[in-house]
Amino acid sequence: MKKYLFKRIIMSAITLWAIITITFFLMHSIPGNPFRKEGKMPQVVYENLQKKYGLDKPLPEQYIIYLKNLLKGDFGDSMKSKVETVNDMIRRGFPVSAYLGLEALFIALIFGPALGALAALYQNKFPDYISMIIAIIGISVPSFIMGTILIQFVAKNVSWIPIGGWGEFKHTFLPAVALSLMPLAYMARLMRSSMLEILGQDYIKTAKSKGLSKSIVILKHAIRNAVLPIISVLGTLISNLLVGSFVIEKIFGIPGLGKFFVQSINNRDYTLIMGTTIFYAIILIVLLLLVDIAYIFIDPRIRLTKEGR
Amino acid sequence: MDNQINLSKDMFRPVPHEDRNPEKIRRPSIKYWSDVWRRLRQNKLSMVGLTIILLMILMSIIGPLINGYSYFEQDYSKINLHPNAIHWFGTDELGRDQFTRIWFGARYSLIIGILAATIDFIIGILYGGLSGIATRKVDNIMMRIAEVIYSIPYLLIVILLSVVFSSEGSGTSLFVLILAMTLTDWVPMAILVRGQVLQLKESEYSLAAESLGATKPWILRKHIIPNTLGPILVNITLTIPRAIFAEATLSFLGLGLQAPKSSLGSLANDGLAGLAVGNGYQIIIPAIFISLIMFGFNVLGDGLRDALDPRLRK
Amino acid sequence: MKTLLEVKNLSVSFKTFFGEVEAVRNISFDVGSSETVAIVGESGCGKSVTANSIMQLLPMPPAFFKNGQIIFNGKNLLDKSDKEMEVVRGNEISMIFQDPMTSLNPTMKIGKQIVEGLIRHQRLSKSEAKKKAVEMLNLVAVPEPEKRVNQYPHEFSGGMRQRVMIALAMVSTPRLLIADEPTTALDVTVQAQILELMKEIQNKLEMAIILITHDLGVVADMSDKVIVMYAGQILEEGLTDEIFKAPCHPYTIKLLASVPSLNMSRNEPLHSIDGTPPDLYIPPKGCSFYDRCENAMKICKDYMPEFHSRSATHRSRCWLNHPMAKDSERGES
Repeated sequence: MKKYLFKRIIMSAITLWAIITITFFLMHSIPGNPFRKEGKMPQVVYENLQKKYGLDKPLPEQYIIYLKNLLKGDFGDSMKSKVETVNDMIRRGFPVSAYLGLEALFIALIFGPALGALAALYQNKFPDYISMIIAIIGISVPSFIMGTILIQFVAKNVSWIPIGGWGEFKHTFLPAVALSLMPLAYMARLMRSSMLEILGQDYIKTAKSKGLSKSIVILKHAIRNAVLPIISVLGTLISNLLVGSFVIEKIFGIPGLGKFFVQSINNRDYTLIMGTTIFYAIILIVLLLLVDIAYIFIDPRIRLTKEGR
Repeated sequence: MDNQINLSKDMFRPVPHEDRNPEKIRRPSIKYWSDVWRRLRQNKLSMVGLTIILLMILMSIIGPLINGYSYFEQDYSKINLHPNAIHWFGTDELGRDQFTRIWFGARYSLIIGILAATIDFIIGILYGGLSGIATRKVDNIMMRIAEVIYSIPYLLIVILLSVVFSSEGSGTSLFVLILAMTLTDWVPMAILVRGQVLQLKESEYSLAAESLGATKPWILRKHIIPNTLGPILVNITLTIPRAIFAEATLSFLGLGLQAPKSSLGSLANDGLAGLAVGNGYQIIIPAIFISLIMFGFNVLGDGLRDALDPRLRK
Repeated sequence: MKTLLEVKNLSVSFKTFFGEVEAVRNISFDVGSSETVAIVGESGCGKSVTANSIMQLLPMPPAFFKNGQIIFNGKNLLDKSDKEMEVVRGNEISMIFQDPMTSLNPTMKIGKQIVEGLIRHQRLSKSEAKKKAVEMLNLVAVPEPEKRVNQYPHEFSGGMRQRVMIALAMVSTPRLLIADEPTTALDVTVQAQILELMKEIQNKLEMAIILITHDLGVVADMSDKVIVMYAGQILEEGLTDEIFKAPCHPYTIKLLASVPSLNMSRNEPLHSIDGTPPDLYIPPKGCSFYDRCENAMKICKDYMPEFHSRSATHRSRCWLNHPMAKDSERGES
């Protein structure tokens, strides 16, 4: 198992390095110069700016410097903001995004598998249809549309739910729901098919043959095993949540990292784009790694095969 | 019992073996693909999905021609008209006819989805097939590389590429959009193809066919292709909505096609501004059509998967 | 010997896309309180459906009971509610399944799986339950039971898992054990051990066994009575000796001939039965074995023969038993 863990960590590090490298060189391959566009600028100022951002050095050297700074946890300066560094913005925006993301994940994790299990238990009956309608809507309606609809029909009619803004729990409610719907739907569908498969397994019959009641068979034998595939896709779902947050933060005007990211795209603030992209990548890859490790401890079968390697 | 049946000596005469058919199969035998089609047709939701897709494709071809307006023609005397008898879906803030723009946008959305799925399919087949038939070592390396590529967050790379390849204010070209979308998204297809190839290379029925003297091309045609086609088909059907969704999100973030060209996503983005001033139709209508396309492909993909799963056959 | 289980005119069908499949058609048999009854037949003959019907483990729908009674200890199981059946299942009747690799929950410890039913039925404490699990593993001769109770199924071999399944079935000392192809998925050497173990436990605990199998070799040294099923019906039934020494039905004869034996000469071909059983979605009107029978007569095609008793314990269902058949045969030769 240790060997597997080690291998897994090495792979994550390689992936991260690949992302950093790709991002860096992509950003530096953009034709034109970020400072040339700022209108007429005295040559001295231009040169000073070049120096400040290290753009006067050859590209490989810039790359090494950037990597070194990253290792120190320094994402560099913003090209557009004169007062805040990329680190400042991450520090300001990430807690907001993380709070929203966790709330959405929480909603999705509670309702998604529950709906899926319900659908499987009442296959081709009313609860199945209702759950699957919710799931299909969740998958078919992109989050930016869901967000808009929620603003239009809920926030405008329910007085205690604000349309936008940030600061209190009531502000998080609608965006979290809008954000959670896609992963919720995905989990519900996965849970349904996984549950249907498990219910057809021989060991469910064994459990019934022991005289266990229906509810015990479902809770202790079926659901426990059916949940496993959901845990394995958790990483992908978190990744979806993250990207969804760009859109949701834009719609609801939430001052999270996603909003900074979208802003940096629109402002062409290259260092900020690079910094946030890499920060997102780090978060995601660490989460994927954690999910994988958690999975090893939850599924005894995996534990053994990984030990064997 | 004897009194119910009128027994005669003749009835006890032996019946020769040839007159009976011990291998008789009473159940009507059904060919694989027609069986798949039968089960797909039974799935009402999938049929609704298929109908929506076909209608959307048809309308994206003829829709922009129906009411005589073009997608770029601006008319400042008729800005922000709500849907009415002349402009069925209303007009936007520049007085362009929304009906025409919607179908024009649907055309781009569908083109992006279908092209992205096609490219994924081609790369996936080549990479996956190669990896599947390569030596263990090469296969291992190829799969590790694919894994690394796949763990790069999809939309993040799409956004990055769109930023890099579109200069400020000019929007992103169709080519870059599709390139960005296929850059990491071919991996599941490759893994799928590789898995199928490996499985079939070693599976018992290929082995059985081979030991019965079947040639390799024959096995490929008769066993490998029919068995791989199903999962691939499902994958393609589910890739299309993913690409359409990615494009819509991108457009919504302001990284979509250059105006006056539009996709459903960029129309929704434009409509967002109208929402605040009571022109909700400008976002609701494109939103409905994006959702319909997503719905159509998703339920069709689901239905196909169920129809192709032999375990569900009765 | 007291009768423990009585199956009367049982018919079970499945609803499918093509229509109703009559998997079990009007079968009757009984099992004595310490008797071993083997139900033999090809796959798809309805023997597993019969077993699962007794336990009421069939998925309903598509399965449904068309007709009949299953009387266990004087009470009709088909009249019982789900809740009442839970008391019977795993308590008075236990079951062992064919594939030990898939019959155990992969994410639950072996010990827990063995005593789970007992905990529910008898409200044991945790330490008592664990002691019981170790005791059961000991009974089925799993080495190092104290260590094994805390392991997961994938850490066991196929034979060991089937021992665990037996322990799981035996833990409540049931009056009837239904073993559905308990050795089919196992290596030949392990098969003998498992059968030996089942016999041993039966002697210790006094219970009845219904052994479902397609392997006549298993039947010979395990069972007291044999029931031969074909296409959802019973074709022949008798004491094991009677069936092996004087089989009546052409199908039984064929079935016995298809068992390879050690004293066969090398050049002697293995016997098989040509053809396949009929599809029960349209069950044949006459004898279901008609298409494959070497002795088929005109009457067999359209009329199903009734049972003919050869002794108090031995009966079969074939037109050859009819006096006119013997006349006709004599007439021809």
